[in-house]
Formats: sequence, structure tokens, C-alpha cells
Amino acid sequence: MPKSKIFANFDDAVADIPNDSVVGFGGFAVVGMPVNLYGALAKQGAKGLTCVSNGTRGGATLPGDAPDMGWLIQNDQVKKVICSFTAPTRASQKLVFSEYYEKGLIDAELVPQGTLAERMRAAGAGIPAFYTPAAVGTELAEGRETRVFNGREYLLEYALPLDYAFIRAYQADQFGNLRFRRSQRNFNPLMAMAARVTIVEVEEEILPLGAIDPDDVHLSGIFVHRMVRVPPAPEGWWPMRPAEIAARAASQGSAAR
Amino acid sequence: MSDAKGLSRQQMCNRLAMEFQDGWIVNLGIGIPTLCSNFDFGDTAIIFHSENGVVGYGPLTAPGKEDMHMVNAGGQHVTLRPGAAIVHHADSFAMIRSGRIDVTVLGAYEVAANGDFANWKMAGQKGGGIGGAMDLAACAKHVFVAMEQTTRRGAPRLVEQCGIPVTAKGVVDLVVTNYGLFEITPEGMALKEIAPGVTIDEVIATTGCKLIVPRDVPIVKGAG
Repeated sequence: MPKSKIFANFDDAVADIPNDSVVGFGGFAVVGMPVNLYGALAKQGAKGLTCVSNGTRGGATLPGDAPDMGWLIQNDQVKKVICSFTAPTRASQKLVFSEYYEKGLIDAELVPQGTLAERMRAAGAGIPAFYTPAAVGTELAEGRETRVFNGREYLLEYALPLDYAFIRAYQADQFGNLRFRRSQRNFNPLMAMAARVTIVEVEEEILPLGAIDPDDVHLSGIFVHRMVRVPPAPEGWWPMRPAEIAARAASQGSAAR
Repeated sequence: MSDAKGLSRQQMCNRLAMEFQDGWIVNLGIGIPTLCSNFDFGDTAIIFHSENGVVGYGPLTAPGKEDMHMVNAGGQHVTLRPGAAIVHHADSFAMIRSGRIDVTVLGAYEVAANGDFANWKMAGQKGGGIGGAMDLAACAKHVFVAMEQTTRRGAPRLVEQCGIPVTAKGVVDLVVTNYGLFEITPEGMALKEIAPGVTIDEVIATTGCKLIVPRDVPIVKGAG
């Protein structure tokens, strides 16, 4: 019987992550974002990390005190980020990342979103590099290899392998076969495929083998190594509606008084 | 908003939405373009694609009824229409890169007379926000832009050459601003329709490139 992939808590699941790891964080606009694993890694304290994610912040459906990449950056755990957004999407937004980036304390690689996804898909599929039309003729392509196929210019991009993928899924069985719900899928299966070790925060109770129909598996457990069930709030982090976030902030305010 | 004159943002997006053809797969960028989905398409069947892998989303969810697993590219909670499908990011961008998206509507800081446009990095900014814009701009069959006629300081956004880093070269077909509808033609930027209450001279004065102006310029369709 192989070793169980189920871990009792997030701290145990991230305990052995060494300094200088390349870690992918799934999710898009909070949906499918491994909020609890961000918190555990901030507590664990590994440094010199390269963090791969669509952007560097949570979003409107997380309260301001929820963990996100900003926690790791503030802890001086992050050497570099690889993202499709390295600036706020609105002038009013303030990113922890931007503070550090503008002071030169952190490095960043800005990648078009489809290229970011495909670089991880390629890593997970045993393909070292590929050509894409995205970013041809832009600042991002300066000094880089391009090649013309069928009369059109394409830019060479390299696979992006990860040491660890931190992802969030809706359902899992004991082998790690995963199902995502609605737009939760996003980068999550790709990061899992690109990683040596994939750690999943699972929203529902982890199911016995056979409970997920093979036709309904979105990501094979072959790509999954560790799983932790997300406890109910407030012990575990879950996205919230704006009204719930406001009510929570108000109750915390009154508790502080 | 830089200038209250001319079209509202919804009117701007309505005008672009009128160009969507029956059966088109449409991708809307974040910001102004999201308003295109509010247009009444009548019997025209439009399928909205979102870069986060959603094909066939519908109107915004009512407050309090949000499905916390379901957002569009702008992070807005949206509903799904019957026949919708969900794919992962690599498949979503496979649809984009392989030319399955009929039109993308994007916001921009600048559009040049040759169809270059810039929307990911402001002048002097460190870092940027590309998102899916470079993949979409390079690969969608049509690229439409919705933006204000000028910057907050009154500088033209329709320019001879982009002064900030471009998102893609020579890809824009159609631009709507609060002042009117503009087409990128082989001869350059052409004024196709003008907003009510705006004069041709005002359009020319706020445009930073040579503008082809026909003898008769109709009022923006639907805004009269």
C-alpha cells in the first residue's frame, strides 16, 4: 500500500519546502487560489522563492487580512515573481509587490497570460520550448529568438518547470484525482503537471477511491502528491461575498474595542 | 473620465456590439469593454469567451447570489448560459491562439494610425499588466478598442505612432471613443461616425494623427 497523500494540516504539507524553490500558485481572481497554503508557507518561512502566479495579490472576495503572495513578499521570502500582471490593474490599487519591486528588492518576469499557461503545460508535457505569436513586435520580444513559419513571425518560449505547485480543488479522491468547480480550474491543472510536487487544498471531504467517476476526473492523481482538506471558516480560508467581508471587518472592529 | 462630452461608455460599447455577427465568439477585456455584454443582441447569438476558461457566460449575478467559484476575466461574478463549458487556461488560450475568437474588445492607452496599440504599460511605469491582451491581440480575428478620446490631461489617444510600449502591431480594426467611431484602413485612421454634440473640428483637434474625414459623417448608430 503506497503512502497516503492526505496530510492532517497545511503546516505539515509544506514543512519540507527548501529555500530557493520555484513555487506555482494557482487561481484566478481568488477562484481556485490556494489561500491556506499561502498562509502556511509564510509561517514556514522558506526564503529565496521564485513565485509563479497570474498576479501578486488576492482580490475582492478575500478580506484584507487573508494570506496571499503579499505575505511572502513582506516576509522577505520572495526573490522573484513570474506573472502576467506586475502592476496594479487600477491606479487606486496598492500592491505589496510594487513597493518591493520599485525599491529593487525583488525581481520580476512579466509574461503574457497564454504564454505563462502554455509554458507550464509544456513543462508538464515533456516539451522544452515552443513558438507563439503572442508578444511578437513588443518590448518583451527584444533580443530574443523569433522564427517565421508559413510567413508569420513567432517568438521562442521555454517550458517553465516548477518545484512545487500549490493549488485548490473542489473534490479529490484518495489517489488525488481532482475535480474543479466552475472557473476554479484555470491554471491549477497546468501547475500541477509542471511541478515535481503538487500540494492541493481540497474543499470537500476527501473521497474513497471510485467515488469520482473516471470520466469526471479533471486532473489525474498521477500529478498530485499531497492533499489537505480546508477546514470550515474561521479556521480555514474561504472566499467571501462583499457583504460577508464587511460584516466580518465590523465584528473584528468591535472585538478590538 | 477625461471628458463628459459625447458618448457614454455604455453607448460606446453598444456601438461596437452592433458589429458582432451571429454566432461570433467574443472576448471582452476588463474595464470599459465589459459593458458590451449589456447590449441587447436580440436574435443574434453571441457566445462570450473569458480568458479564465469560460465559454458561454451570461449577465452578472445578482448581489448576494454570487457563485464563489464563477468569475469572468475581470473577476466579476457572472452566470452561465445553457450550453456553457469550462476549460483550463491552456485550452482557453489554445482557442485564442488558434484563431477561434472572432473578436476581442480591449481597452487601450493609445491606438496608432497603422493599427498598433498600447494597453499594458504606462509611460515610466515599472512592471505592467499584460494579462491575456498580447495573446488576444495577436490572434483574434478582429481587434476592437474602446477608450476615451483623450487622456485626463487632454492628450490625444489616437496617435501617429505609439509613444509607449505596444501590445501588438498592426492589429486594430475599429476604435470607439466618446467622440466617435474610427476605422483603421490601409490609408490610415478614418472617422466613420461622430458622437452627437461633437463637431468634426473637435474630433480633429483631439486626434494626434492624420484623420481621413469623408464629406458626410453620420451620427454614431444608436446614439442619435
